[in-house]
Amino acid sequence: MSGGERKRGRLTRRAFLIGAVAVAGGVAVGVQQVRRPHPNPLAGQDAEPGAVTLNPYLLINQDGVSIITPRAEMGQGVHTTLAALVAEELDLPWESVRTLHGPAAAAYYNAAALEAAVPIPSWDHGWLAEGLRDAAGVASKLLGMQITGGSTSTADAYLKMRKAGAAARVMLVQAAARRWRADTAALRTEAGQVLDPAGGRQLPYTALAADAATIEPPADPPLKPRAQWRLLGRGLPRVDMAAKCTGTAQFGIDVQLPGMRCATVVANPYLGGSRGGFDAGPAEAMRGVERVVDLGATHGDALAVVADNTWRAFQAARALEIDWQPAPGISGDSAAMLDAIAGSIDTLAPDATPRDDGDVDQALRIARAEARPAVKAEYRAPFLAHTTLEPPAAVALREPERLTLWCGHQAPTLLRDLAAEQAGLDPAQVDVRVQFLGGGFGRRAEVDFALQAAAVAEAMPGTPVKLTWTREADIRHDLYRPAAVARCTGVLDRNGLPETALLQIASPSVIRSFSGRVGLPAMGPDKLITEGAAMQPYHIPNYRVVGYAPASPVPLGNWRSVGASFNGFFHECFLDELAAAGGIDPLDMRLRLTRDYPFAQAVLEAVRELSGWDEPVAQDDSRRRGRGLAMTHSFGSTVAQVVEVSDGADGIRVERVHCVADVGLALDPGIIEAQMQSGIVYGLSAAIMEAITFRDGRAEQSNFHDYDALRLAQTPEIRVRILQSGDAPTGVGEPGTPPSKPALANAIYAATGKRLREYPFNKHVRFA
Amino acid sequence: MTPNPIDLMVNGVQHQLSVESEMPLLWVLRDVLGLTGTKFGCGVGQCGACTVRIGGAPVRSCTLPVGAVSGPVTTIEGLGTPEAPHPVQQAWIDAQVAQCGYCQSGQIIAAVCLLEQSPSPSPAEIEAVMTNLCRCGTYAQVRTAIARAAAALPASGGQA
Repeated sequence: MSGGERKRGRLTRRAFLIGAVAVAGGVAVGVQQVRRPHPNPLAGQDAEPGAVTLNPYLLINQDGVSIITPRAEMGQGVHTTLAALVAEELDLPWESVRTLHGPAAAAYYNAAALEAAVPIPSWDHGWLAEGLRDAAGVASKLLGMQITGGSTSTADAYLKMRKAGAAARVMLVQAAARRWRADTAALRTEAGQVLDPAGGRQLPYTALAADAATIEPPADPPLKPRAQWRLLGRGLPRVDMAAKCTGTAQFGIDVQLPGMRCATVVANPYLGGSRGGFDAGPAEAMRGVERVVDLGATHGDALAVVADNTWRAFQAARALEIDWQPAPGISGDSAAMLDAIAGSIDTLAPDATPRDDGDVDQALRIARAEARPAVKAEYRAPFLAHTTLEPPAAVALREPERLTLWCGHQAPTLLRDLAAEQAGLDPAQVDVRVQFLGGGFGRRAEVDFALQAAAVAEAMPGTPVKLTWTREADIRHDLYRPAAVARCTGVLDRNGLPETALLQIASPSVIRSFSGRVGLPAMGPDKLITEGAAMQPYHIPNYRVVGYAPASPVPLGNWRSVGASFNGFFHECFLDELAAAGGIDPLDMRLRLTRDYPFAQAVLEAVRELSGWDEPVAQDDSRRRGRGLAMTHSFGSTVAQVVEVSDGADGIRVERVHCVADVGLALDPGIIEAQMQSGIVYGLSAAIMEAITFRDGRAEQSNFHDYDALRLAQTPEIRVRILQSGDAPTGVGEPGTPPSKPALANAIYAATGKRLREYPFNKHVRFA
Repeated sequence: MTPNPIDLMVNGVQHQLSVESEMPLLWVLRDVLGLTGTKFGCGVGQCGACTVRIGGAPVRSCTLPVGAVSGPVTTIEGLGTPEAPHPVQQAWIDAQVAQCGYCQSGQIIAAVCLLEQSPSPSPAEIEAVMTNLCRCGTYAQVRTAIARAAAALPASGGQA
C-alpha cells in the first residue's frame, strides 16, 4: 500500500466523529465507494490453502463449513446466535456448525453501533430517524470499524448474516444444477447438502464449494420466512460450551508460543502523575528475569518486567524501585470529585438537553406561586471498575514488517490501526487474532494492555511476549465507569401524578475520555451522559432531562450499559419517590405515564403478572418484606424488574428478581434469559457493594477483598419473561443492568422506609 | 542457588520440576506445564478461578506454594475432554452454564469435590462450598448443574 493510501486511511479514521451524531466528515465519498463491498478478508494472499470462501462469513474445506462470527465472544453467546443466522439460511445441521472469529477486517464493520448513536428514540421509525440511521450506517461502512459493543451485534448481523447464508445457498444450488444439468427450481437443500429429489441425487456443500465460488453472488437472495425457521427463535446448545467446561477454550491469557516470554507492567499509581528515577537493578538480578522495559510516556510511564514465567515477572515487578510522583494541582479525592460533579450543575452550561417537553420553568414557577410543594432529591453514583475475571492480557510478536497480537478484544480494527501507528507499520502488516474474552463489559474495547504488549515485543524482536496484568493493576488502572450526580425536581398534579419532572444529570464524559485516548476527535454533546434517563417511554407534561459534562482527572471507559448504568437508577428511583409523594402505586403510576407507548405498557403488565404485584407481600415471619419496581428502555430494549427483599436480624436479603424484557425479536431465548440474569447480577453487585474511591490521587481498592461482587449464596432467584414487540432483534447484553439498581433501592424503601439515594447501598444498610 | 527438584503428580503424570519451592502451584501448572485450563483471577485466593483438587479437597492454587503440595493434583484437564467429559462437566454442558467461561474450570472442580463429599448436597451445603466468583452471574445455572450431576453420579459417590 502506498504512503498516500496509508495517509488517507488514517484520515478516514480520524474523521470519525462520535458524539450526538455519527458522521464521516471531511471525506468526499462517491456513490460507488458506498456501494462497493469491502474485500473478503478470507480470500487473497492470506487465504487458507484448499479452502473456498463464498463471502466473508463462510469458509468451506474438506472437513466442512466454518462460519465466521466476527464479534467478541465475551459470554453473551454471540458466536452461537450469529452462526445460527447463517446456518438457518444455509440449511446446515446445528451439530456440524463450526465457528471462527476470523481476522480483524473492515468487512466486519458494525453499522448498528453507529446507528444507535443517532439522538432519536429507538422506537421512532419515521423518515427522519431512519434517514439518519441510514447515514450512520453508511459512515460505519466507510470507516470499517469492527466493534462489539452497545448491545448491537445481533441487530447488526440479523439481515446481513442471513443474506450471507442465503446467497451462499443460491450459489451452491446453482453449482449443483450445472453439474447435474438440472433446473435449480427442482433442487432443495437439507443438512449441508444439495438434493435432487427427482433424480435421487445429492452432493454435500464441501463438494460443490469450488464450483459455487465461480458463480456471481446474488445481490438480494430470498430469505426464509420466519415460520420456516428451524434454528432461530429457539434455545440452541452454545457452540463454545464444551470447550469452556473442559478447560480447552483459549482465552487471550492462555496463548502459548514457542520461546515465549512472560511480562507484567507497573504503572503510575497517581492519576496524571509522573515518574522520577527508577532502579531496575534488584529486579533484573532476580532469577528468570530477562529485562525491564521502560514503556515511556505514551504508556503512562509504565515499566514492563520480562521474565521466563509470569510469577517471576510479578515478583520482580514488586522489587522495582520507582520514584512515582503525584500530579500537582489534581484533587485526588473522590468525595471532592463527586462534590465537584454535583457543583457543575450550577456552574456549567448544559452539554445537552435531549428531552424538553412542555415548559418546565413555567410549571415550576406556577407551582411555587400556588405553594404546591416540589419533590426534590439528589442521587449519586460512584466510580466503578469492570473487574473482568480474566485480567487484561495479550501476546505480541514483532517480526520484520509484521506484528501479530493475540488477545480478547472488542474493537480489533481499532487496535490494529493503533498498533500499526505505534510500530510504524501499515495496518495490513498487523494481524490481530481475537481469542475468547474472559469477560468484556466494555473493558476490552480499550487498547491499553494490548499496545503495552506490542511495545514490549517491539523491544524484543522475534520473541513472543505475553503480558499479564495483576488484579491489583487491573483495579488501580481501569478506565472507570464515571461517578455521576442527578438533581431531580418534581411536582405532582391534583391527582397525585407527575406534572413536572426535571432531571439534571452531571457526569464526566466517557466519549471524550475514550476518544482522547485512541486519538479520535469527539464533537457535539455526549448522549451517554443522559442515556437511560432521556428518551424513556413516559409522558409527563413538563419533562426535561439535562446533561452536564464536568472535567475529570479519572480516565473513563464504557461499563456495561454505560450512562444507563447510573441513569436508570436516578430516573426510576425518582419516579418511585414521586409515586410515594402522590400516594399512587408505582406500577399503576407507570401504566398511566406510558399510555403513548404500548410496548412499555405490555412490559409493565407482564411484570405485574410475573411478580404477583397485586397480591399482598407475604409477612409470615419476623422479616420485613418489600418489593420495588423499575423500568428502563436502553439499547432498543425495554426491561422492567421487580426486586423482592426481606430485612431481618442478619440484614437485608435480596430474595427474588422478576424480569420482563422486550427484545424486539428473540433469536435465542435461552441466551437472552442468561443475559438478563447476568446483567442483573452485574447491576446488583455494583448496587450492593462496589465503589472505586480515590485518596491522594490513588485508587484505594486493589483486589476482590475490597472490590467484590455477588457470590452464589447472595444471588437471588431470577425469573425472566421475554416479550417480542418487533420484527428485528434489539439489545440483550446490557439492558438487564440499568433497572436492577433502582428496583433494589425501591424494594429496600418498601421494606424499611429508608430511601437510598447513593450506592453502593452497603454504605448505608447491612446485607445478609 | 539451584533448588532441589520438586516432584509433582498432575492428572496422573509425574513431573520433576526445578523451580522455586515458593512458586505458586497455579503458575507451575500454567507456565511450566502448559496446563492453561486452570485460571489466574486474583492471585490472593479470593476468586477461586485457580481451584484444583488435591486429595479430594478444592484448593486455590494461586496461593499454594508448589513445595507445599501434599498429594496428586487434578486440574480441569484431568477430569475429561470435550469428547469424553466427566459427569459433572456433562451436567455443566447440559445446563448450559458457561457464559464467558473463565471461572468455570474452578467452579467445576469445586463442584466435583463437593459431590464427592456429599453426593446429594443441600442448598445450604452448595452455598457454603461454591464460593467461586463468576462475573457473568451464572450462579443459577451452577445450582442446576450440580443438581443434575448429583442425579447422574452413582449414589455411592467417590467416583471421579
